[in-house]
Amino acid sequence: MNEPIRLRPPLTDKDVEKLKIGDRVLISGVIYTGRDAAHKRLIDLLKGKKDLPFDIKGQIIYFVGPTPAKPGQIFGSAGPTTSYRMDAYSPSLIERGLKGMIGKGMRSEAVKEAMKKYKAVYFAATGGAGALLAKRVKKAEIVAYEDLGPEAIRRLEVEDLPVIVVNDIFGNDLYIEGEKRYRKE
Amino acid sequence: MREIDVKLITEKVRDLCMKANTDLGEDVLQAFDRAMGEEESPLGVEILKELKENARIAKEEKVPICQDTGFAILFIELGQDVHLVGGNLNEAIQEGVRQGYKDGYLRKSICHPFTRANTGDNTPAIIHTEVVAGDKIKMTVAPKGGGSENMSRVTMLTPSDGIEGIKRFVVQRVKESGSNPCPPTIVGVGIGGNLEQVALLAKKSLLRPLGSKNPDPELDQLESEILTEINHLGIGPQGLGGRTTSLAVHILMMPCHIASFPLAVNIQCHAQRHKETII
Repeated sequence: MNEPIRLRPPLTDKDVEKLKIGDRVLISGVIYTGRDAAHKRLIDLLKGKKDLPFDIKGQIIYFVGPTPAKPGQIFGSAGPTTSYRMDAYSPSLIERGLKGMIGKGMRSEAVKEAMKKYKAVYFAATGGAGALLAKRVKKAEIVAYEDLGPEAIRRLEVEDLPVIVVNDIFGNDLYIEGEKRYRKE
Repeated sequence: MREIDVKLITEKVRDLCMKANTDLGEDVLQAFDRAMGEEESPLGVEILKELKENARIAKEEKVPICQDTGFAILFIELGQDVHLVGGNLNEAIQEGVRQGYKDGYLRKSICHPFTRANTGDNTPAIIHTEVVAGDKIKMTVAPKGGGSENMSRVTMLTPSDGIEGIKRFVVQRVKESGSNPCPPTIVGVGIGGNLEQVALLAKKSLLRPLGSKNPDPELDQLESEILTEINHLGIGPQGLGGRTTSLAVHILMMPCHIASFPLAVNIQCHAQRHKETII
């Protein structure tokens, strides 16, 4: 297996052009969290022609709702949530400059089309590996929607967050290709 | 008649909620090891290694295995010679869940279906109580995550569908679920009973330790046939391709109405959490 690729957001077109499905990636730097309820609010802002609570250009959103941090812990357990529930919202954010999403599970055709058109990628983190992933978070602060509890938008500083490229900008999908490769009739 | 104060029940439920969410069973860890030996996808092997490492960190640091610390599902076997004192059983259990999710820094994941407003303390828990012989109480806490529960289904087959109909539906359900329920999964199957009973059978089947045989040889054979078909699908760990789509298929069956052939599939992610105690 190849060595992992290292990425640091904000990402440029050049950064995502070199990524292919199956690539292992270690992300360091700033990413943002957001899941169901936060996405709904972001889209409502866009519809009302209002500014988003953070500059989304070149950024990565991690679909996660962490457990509360224990005393002395920087961040609670933080594995990805299932991404299809964000499919209705992601294309508008990609159009606004979002370059990456981290989650688990297959995306819709509309999301994949948006990723091709505007050059964005979708990464999978290991679902259920919440304790392991939490240790890669070095700093966390809420930037919006504190009332949503685990669903609030947080700004995370991560170090070597391990993810895998599932959808690249060329229209490939690792969920489809991987299954084909290992299927036995 | 043996008297038991419900305060003790609250305390035990609290501890079980925290333990179930941080300490993955030895049977699951052994199933990861077996899967690693058989997995052909290098990426799949990496993921299985991550899951083992994750379980080690969770246990050592007493932090949740997964951020989805689930709906608290309780199975209570209440001895008929027990006299509960000091309060109401249901409330004592709910209080135990409330305390466990607060003191254990577990995520509160229960909300109003329409407004989606969080109840704030992970209650109400879902409680299945059965009255049994004896003067003891057995309590099992099985937190269940939303991602895998969303992929579960109940169907009413027709009697003519037969065993082939069961196989077809279960395998198709796993195929359509793909990467969503966090494979490698455990597939709980309920057969027979009626609408609500078949779903409960499927859920209960998940409590059986991984790697154990079904006591009914016919069902044991069916479990292994369905598992083989599932693991030919190619979905693999996390759906990225590979041999290990499911670690096990568990079946519970009971008689059904002459007109019916109920079937339930309850999909469980690899974080197969449950802890029990006997008072």
